[in-house]
Amino acid sequence: MSEMKHYITMKGTNKGIVVYLDDQCSFEILLQELEDKVKTSESSGKTEITVHSQYRYLTDDQRKDIAQLIDQYSDMSIKKIDSYVLTREESYELYDNTTVKSVIKTIRSGQVHEVKGDALVIGDVNPGGTVLATGNIFVMGKLRGIAHAGFNGDESCVVAASYMHPSQIRIANKISRAPDYDVEGSPREFAYVNSETEQIELDQLQHLQKIRPNLLDVFERGL
Amino acid sequence: MGESIVITSGKGGVGKTTTTANIGTALALLDQKVCLIDMDIGLRNLDVILGLENRIIFNLIDVLEGRCKLQSALVKDKRFDCLHLLPAAQTSDKNEVTPDGIKELIEELKPDYDYILIDCPAGIEQGYKNAVAGADKAVAITTPEKSSVRDADRIIGLLEQEGLETSPYLIINRIRKHMMDSGDMLSVDDIVSTLSIELLGIILDDEDVIRASHHGEPVAFQPDTKASISYRNIARRILGESVPLMSFDNDQGFMTKVKKLLGMK
Repeated sequence: MSEMKHYITMKGTNKGIVVYLDDQCSFEILLQELEDKVKTSESSGKTEITVHSQYRYLTDDQRKDIAQLIDQYSDMSIKKIDSYVLTREESYELYDNTTVKSVIKTIRSGQVHEVKGDALVIGDVNPGGTVLATGNIFVMGKLRGIAHAGFNGDESCVVAASYMHPSQIRIANKISRAPDYDVEGSPREFAYVNSETEQIELDQLQHLQKIRPNLLDVFERGL
Repeated sequence: MGESIVITSGKGGVGKTTTTANIGTALALLDQKVCLIDMDIGLRNLDVILGLENRIIFNLIDVLEGRCKLQSALVKDKRFDCLHLLPAAQTSDKNEVTPDGIKELIEELKPDYDYILIDCPAGIEQGYKNAVAGADKAVAITTPEKSSVRDADRIIGLLEQEGLETSPYLIINRIRKHMMDSGDMLSVDDIVSTLSIELLGIILDDEDVIRASHHGEPVAFQPDTKASISYRNIARRILGESVPLMSFDNDQGFMTKVKKLLGMK
């Protein structure tokens, strides 16, 4: 076998098999080698792999080509295509969706406060007022209205308040409401979707760290 | 140059008109030149409470549509020379008025008066928008009922977007001491903490108020009822004095007072 530079390396890691693609050669060469590799590799049942393009930015078409190739010649399937690079638009989007948007005001009856990312309300949310966020909602005051966290569908979001006495809490597409009888609110609580019961549950704020350890991890949430 | 204050509540029947009449009277008692404007077009009441119904010749709509001069539409009060009323029209409806028209009218009145009180109609539609258009400051009225507090909250939210000089002030009307004590009504503290705006005054639920408006004479004119003292206190606070809130306690007997004084009770 002649001396030949390998543009594709496979590595087994604790996250499964990662296929690293060279980021300097042309995309055609890469595809050619990938095809050879995939054809010759012995497939051992169905495996999920991660493709890592390193510092190469892959367009949507290129991603499709890679996926098609692997799909066609092997039993492997792509779990995720990873990369070290982002476009400017993607980074703005990521920034927008993961930063905390603060507001100092009382959200009164009939008012709707809508943000991208996390919402921090420094003030009360009164009955009849609504806070909507694509991310988490933090209320430094009394939450007595409606809070809808992760309204784009992110169930991992939470709603936390200094004083929890909401009329409704919504997280992604789950809803929970206050009971029909009069209840007292409680200080320092948060609401989250329990993955076992698939329902919104309340817990004391000091348990948030245990239940959502990655709450503020930008890359865990955004990518 | 006068100051215009709109008196509003969102919900109907909480005492906007009565409060307007009484604060106006109380300010007049303190030698202020006051003009009351009834903006509840089509359902005017302010003139009735002041007992000036029979004296109305022209009204707000007549002025806005140029049928008469502003001065000739103003009705002078029976009791005070310095208290005037600009009555609403009873036959037209709210949509004949525009916010700009009202703004202009109030600017025209300002040089002649110390205070211009605007009685706002219930609701948050056109009538409300007209009433708020010319106001420098706003007073929100609520009773200690949940529905009324909810509407006051809504109206405060809307007022905050209006760009007034200061955030709205709060008046809590129709307080029933025994119901607050038994927890069947929201307490003053509950209301203030929910609405989180400055409290201008509290008024007890008092039969004298009803009796007085029945006779067309605002209760604030009487020297010694609880409600009239509340209204006078509010007027003094509007003038910038700091007056403590009235205590709720019912009249105590002489011996109870003595015992309290001696620490026996």
